[in-house]
This record gives sequence, C-alpha cells and structure tokens, in this order.
Amino acid sequence: MALITFTNKGIYCKQGDFYIDPWKPVDLAVTTHGHADHVKWGNKGYLCQELTKPVLLQRLGFDLPVQTLPYNKEISINGVKVSFFPAGHVIGSSQVRLEYKGEICVVSGDYKVEYDGISTAFEPVKCHTFVSESTFGLPIYKWLPQETVFGQIRNWISDNHDQMKTSVLVAYSLGKAQRLIKNLAGDIPIYVHNSIANLNEGFIKAGVDLPETIRITPDIKKDELQKGIVIVPPALADGKWMKSLHHAATGVCSGWMQVRAGRRWRAADAGFALSDHADWPGLLSAIKATEAEKVFVTHGFVSTFSKYLNEIGIPSAEVVTRYGNEDDEEEEILKEA
Amino acid sequence: MRRFTQLIQQLETSNKTNDKIAALVSYFSTADERDKPFVIAMFTGKKPKRPVPTALIRQWATELSDIPAWLFAESYHSVGDLSETIALVLPPATHTTDRKLHEWINDLAALNGKTDEEKKEFILQAWDSLDTQERFIFNKLISGNFRIGVSNKMLVNAISKQSDTDSNKIMHSIMGKWNPGEITYDELIAGAHVNTDNSWPYPFCLAYALEAEPASLGGTDEWQAEWKWDGIRGQIVKRNGELFIWSRGEELVTDQFPELHFLKDELPDGTVIDGEILSVKDGQVQAFSILQQRLNRKTINKSQLKDAPIGFYIYDLLEYQGGDIRTQPLSERRRLLEEIVSQIRNTDVAILSPVIAFTGWDELAEIRKGSRDNNSEGIMLKKLSSLYHSGRKRGDWWKWKINPYTVDTVMIYAQKGSGRRANHFTDYTFAVRDGENLITVAKAYSGLTDKEIKEVDSFVKKNAIEKFGPVRTVKPELVFEIAFEGIAESKRHKAGLALRFPRIARWRKDKVAAEINTLDDLRQLLASTL
Repeated sequence: MALITFTNKGIYCKQGDFYIDPWKPVDLAVTTHGHADHVKWGNKGYLCQELTKPVLLQRLGFDLPVQTLPYNKEISINGVKVSFFPAGHVIGSSQVRLEYKGEICVVSGDYKVEYDGISTAFEPVKCHTFVSESTFGLPIYKWLPQETVFGQIRNWISDNHDQMKTSVLVAYSLGKAQRLIKNLAGDIPIYVHNSIANLNEGFIKAGVDLPETIRITPDIKKDELQKGIVIVPPALADGKWMKSLHHAATGVCSGWMQVRAGRRWRAADAGFALSDHADWPGLLSAIKATEAEKVFVTHGFVSTFSKYLNEIGIPSAEVVTRYGNEDDEEEEILKEA
Repeated sequence: MRRFTQLIQQLETSNKTNDKIAALVSYFSTADERDKPFVIAMFTGKKPKRPVPTALIRQWATELSDIPAWLFAESYHSVGDLSETIALVLPPATHTTDRKLHEWINDLAALNGKTDEEKKEFILQAWDSLDTQERFIFNKLISGNFRIGVSNKMLVNAISKQSDTDSNKIMHSIMGKWNPGEITYDELIAGAHVNTDNSWPYPFCLAYALEAEPASLGGTDEWQAEWKWDGIRGQIVKRNGELFIWSRGEELVTDQFPELHFLKDELPDGTVIDGEILSVKDGQVQAFSILQQRLNRKTINKSQLKDAPIGFYIYDLLEYQGGDIRTQPLSERRRLLEEIVSQIRNTDVAILSPVIAFTGWDELAEIRKGSRDNNSEGIMLKKLSSLYHSGRKRGDWWKWKINPYTVDTVMIYAQKGSGRRANHFTDYTFAVRDGENLITVAKAYSGLTDKEIKEVDSFVKKNAIEKFGPVRTVKPELVFEIAFEGIAESKRHKAGLALRFPRIARWRKDKVAAEINTLDDLRQLLASTL
C-alpha cells in the first residue's frame, strides 16, 4: 500500500496517521515551512524543523503545540520513520522524508536548488516516490545566478540614490526578505516592515545569523528612509503608506518578473527575477537526483510539467492541492499589518 | 545593441510619460549616430522586409532548446509574445558581442535571398552571442513589430526636446518617405528629405470625444457641425502633377482607390485636402461593413468596384496654392475649400462634407438622433476659429458620437491575454441565446478594470469546464453588456453576423444568463441597417 495518499484535507500518511501540510484541521500536521498556503491554524499538533518553529509561533500564536526536529534526524511516528531534509526554499524549510518497510517517500513542499546564503542548502534525497512543486515548471524560467541578480539590484539602488529616490524592494516577509537582507547588508541601512521585523526577531532568537535591520515605525522620517533600503511585503506595495513616500522607486523581487508581462502587471519601476522556487533546470535536476520511480506534481504548471516528465521517461501524475495560492500569504500579512 | 536594449528596458519599466520621454531624450543624446534613424523608423512602424519567416525561427528555437514543440507552444501561451518566448527558452549564450544596432539590422536585411541554411547559421550564431534581453530585441528586429508603448506623438516630443526643434516639423519629417540607411539623424530633424518629396502629408488633426453637454461649448454661432462619417480618414495630396492618398495610419493607399485618381487632373498643384474615404452608392453613404470589402487589398476586382464604390467626403483644406494654411481659421479654410471643390467636375465621388445647419444645441441633438439613417456615427463639432492642429488638442474639435448599440450576452469561453495580461484570463467570448443553444457573437478583451479582471479570472479558474489549449470553456453564468458600433452579415461566423468593435460596456452582475438577448434580436437589428 502507498505511503501517502492525496485527500481532501491534504497529503496523508495512513501508516503513520498524520498529514503533511494539511489545509483542513487534523491531529498531526507535519509542516514543511511557514508560508500560509502550507500551514493552517487549528491542528491539534505540529511537527516542523527547528527554524520553522519561530515562524509558526509568530503567525499562529505563541501557545501553538509545536514539536521540532533538526535536519537529518529521524523519529518514528506509528512505525513510520520521519525526517527533515533542507529544501533551500526559506529559512527552516524542509523536505519531509518518510520511510516504512523499506519504502521511501519524499514530500518536498516548496524548494529551490541554488544556495541563497541564508536558508540551509537544498539536499537531494533518494526515494521511491517524490512529491514536487511546479511553480516555475516551464522552460522559460531559468534563473540567473543570484550574484548576478543582486548585482542588478545594487546598481538599481545606487541609481535611485543618485536620483534622490527611495529604493523600496517588494518581497515576501518570510524568505525573500531575509534573503535580501543577508545579501544586501553593508553600509546602507535596511528598513523593514513590521511583518518582516517580527519574523527577523524570531530567527535571531533561534540563532540565525541575520544582519541588523531597522523596524519602520511612524516616527522614522521619510528623508531617513531615502538614504537606506526599504523592504515591504507585496500586500503593502500598493498601499497608502507607499503613496506617502515621496519619490519612491519600487523593485519587485519575484520569479514572475522573468517575463515582461509579469513586470508590467505589477506596474513596478523595476522587476528582479529572484525566486525562492526552483527554475526549470532546477526542478529537473532535483527530480532526477531523487531517482524516484514515481513523481507526483503539485501546485504550478502541473499538467505541463507532469506531461513532460512522462515524455522523458519519469512516471508522473498530476495532483490537485491547495498550495501555491499566493493570496493566502498576502492575507496573513494584511492581518498582521 | 546594448544601448538600445537599455532604452527598451527603461521604456518598459516605467508607465509615466515623462520618464519615457526622458529615456528617449537621453538615448538620442548618447546613442550611435547611425543607430538613431533606425530606431525612429522602428518606432514609427516602418518595417523592413521580413528576412526569415516566423515558422522557421520558431522551429530553430525549439530545436536548439531541445524541448518538444507542444512545450514550446505552452511556453508561448504563458509568455504571450513569440520573440520573448524564444529569448527565454534558448540555452544561455556562450559569448558576447558589441555589434551595433544598425549593423544587426543591415545584416538581417542582407539575409534576403540567401538559402535557409545560411539564414539559420546566421540566426543561431546571433542567439549564441546575445543575452536574454538582447535576444528579445534581436527577435523583434527580425519580425519588425515593435510595440512598446511609444506613440508617434511621444517620440516626436522627445526628439523635439532633444534637438530643440518645433514638434510639428519633426512630425512632418518622420512621416515622410525616408530610408534609415541613407539619412542621418540631423538630416531627419532638419527635414532635409521632405522638401524634395512631393508626397508628404500633414499630421491629421484629431478630435476628442465630447463627454459633457454641448451647451457647455458656448454659443452655437462659434461652431461648425458636420456628420461624423464612419470610414477611413484620408488625406489627398496633389503636388507637381502627382497624386497621393494617405490613410490615417500614415500609409500610402493611393493604389487601393482608383475611383479617386481623377483628382490628379482636377486638383490644382499644391493642394492637400483632408476627408473620409467611404463607400458611396447612388449618393448614399454605405455602412462600414461595405467599405471593409475594399480595405487592405493588393488587387481590386470588378465586382468589388461595383459592390463597394468609393467616395471621398472632404472636410478640410490644409495646403492651398502650395502654401501651408493650417494656421488660418477653419472658417477661412472652409471658404477656400469650397472654391477648390467648385472646380471639381465629378462631385458624386469627391463630395464636400455638408455643414449641418442648426440654430440651437437642442435642435442639433434632435438631428443627431438621425445619425444612423445616413450611416454616420454622430456629429463633429469644430470651432470656426480653430487652427488645423497636429494631432489632438482639447477644446477645438469634438466628436459627439451617438451611443453605441448594446447587447446582453453571457461569457462562454475565456483565454489568457497576451502582453501585460499574459497570466490572467482576460480575453472572453460571448454568446447570445438561439433557442436552446448558446451561439457566440463576439470576442472582447477590453472594458474591465484590473480588479474586475482579477475577479473574472478567479471565476474562470473555478468554473472551467474544458480545456482546449489556452482556451477554457466556462459555465455560462456571467452576463456582460457588449457595446458595438455596427453589425454586418458574415459567412465566416456561425451566427451569420459579426459585430464591429465589440467591447465590454458593463459587467451586468444584476442579470442572470436567462435574461440575455437572442440571436433573433441581432438579426432584426441587422435587417434594419441594410
């Protein structure tokens, strides 16, 4: 019998009687990472990697029943061996490895292959069954090395500075924001929105080596911001506060910025194709490295990507899930804001 | 090429006109001299002959990317632009090049006449030396279609600012006949070529739509009213024994309308008239759908000449006895025009656009209600003291159109848009009821706000029934009021009729699918217009 099944509550392991990233309340939610489309409130128990815990506490309440496990350590749940391997997506993000009677299944959640300087680097895990996302599962998505993209961002910031414009980078609070902070930290002060500052505090307490940032409060002068770098989540990008900044240039950091239409849809001043998801070559190399006999494709270009895998000889099937809904993440931030 | 690529990026990353003009000014101040005329040619739609067919480019890109053709097609649907799709799917370039824009354009032109193998070798080598952004530009150079949100007016303003030259002069100059390989930027600004070119037209003076009540325009005696004819705006130029007909798209269309060639013998040299190309039969202006049979054809046969004979309704006189009279008031230009037209013998074909006599705005409003009876779109109001402006200028000319026809329809198909709208379902197909069935009558992709688009997009995602490539059939539930300008018989459409300029007028959230119009309603409307 298969180790996982896809139910209307989420990905279910019958042998272990737990769910991975369920979207409806269950007894035990094994959680890959803290983005709002992967973890919901209301489960009786949570199991996650150590660095995901501060995110869950921050977002779902400090009395949340969370149990943690470091990377590469195994525990047994009803006889199923469960362990976490780095997914490289955001700080603490994990692939969940399940083993039962020699059968191995890996649920990857969201992942990226390139090391981003702050999230533990992605580690391929050999398995029989692999569950992969496909957010950027089209051959048009091929990322430039992050150093090149950060070069573009630094040039943009310095151009803005010359023109007396405030550089506002739009990035998800969890993941992209910390990646930007780590890679852009230097002489220029970095100002962050509340939702980012709260997460940063949690990470620093948990021992993450994150450079210092300044929380944006109402009494910070707009002129002061102009000398620094401002990071806000997308939900705030079109809001009142942004409009109150005189002379701001907004740069959206997202894989969708790879395509001109994506850049224009956001109507940003600049778009940087910087993603926390694997690009097309990344997805293919990660999947091949698992040597899996069966690949389930979830959220993204599901049917296209799955069809291609089958064509190149990797048996694959499409799965409908509720992941990949960016609006969930956005609503979360609006609640916090 | 890098400098040009940078310009395109700047133009694309801002939606503010001032930023775009600043980027253009900076470009024309710093770019390679030989590149500049090519850029102006491209932005004004002067297309060189396409050296390599799209199908081959697409085939080579698919081969080189090592992906199946269906996957290339899926990528294209997602990106919405072929040049960009190719730029993105190709493997990374192995080297770089400093080759200039004009060198690339000349090399591409030189491909004409070469074998497919030679062409392929050149294109593949080019792709391998350009980064993603440059490749996108290069692919656009092959296709010649550069649509990046720079209007002629914006380009002219930028060049005018950069060169400190009057914008009308620049507009003249770039609208004329010139070859970017043979003219310098400075010559172009100076208009060196236009003096020797008999054909050059003037920029058309355009009108704004009148949204307020006409009474707000003041006294009726300051205004001239004419019908707003529904054809193709045209300019007829007669100089040094030659006759040229320009369409508003800045295209020379002289050969398409032989009926008007007699004017070569009847108009004095140094005459330019502005008017509307229409189909006119037995003194009656025909519906636009009749004129349509005559548009964009390389050859015209006898039956087309018979079924859709052409007439020219003359609005204005721009050049009189070789002199530019656009700065004289309309009343004076009209007087001179009447004098010119009085010398034309065949006034069944070249017709002075009649001035509508009226004494009060209310009376004119009554007259306007009859616009459809003579196949016009409403009324034009021109200030008697108005100059003939280049382009649009608020206040002097107004188009006071009658309200469009409308029909209530239900959305049955949705497709992802292209360009800015590539990741949302934004192109919809609408149907009316025909007995038990729904029958499609229009496709439209404009008229909704971004917020509404998102709402419809999410409805489509939740209510898609079937998938045909990029198209989804959706539950027939959302009712839209479609506005359109005309209706014509059509053998190509299942409904047997086609709507002209259909667009979404309103999303009728207050209506359900059972309340939409029927095909019979539209058939009746069609019958009433013929």
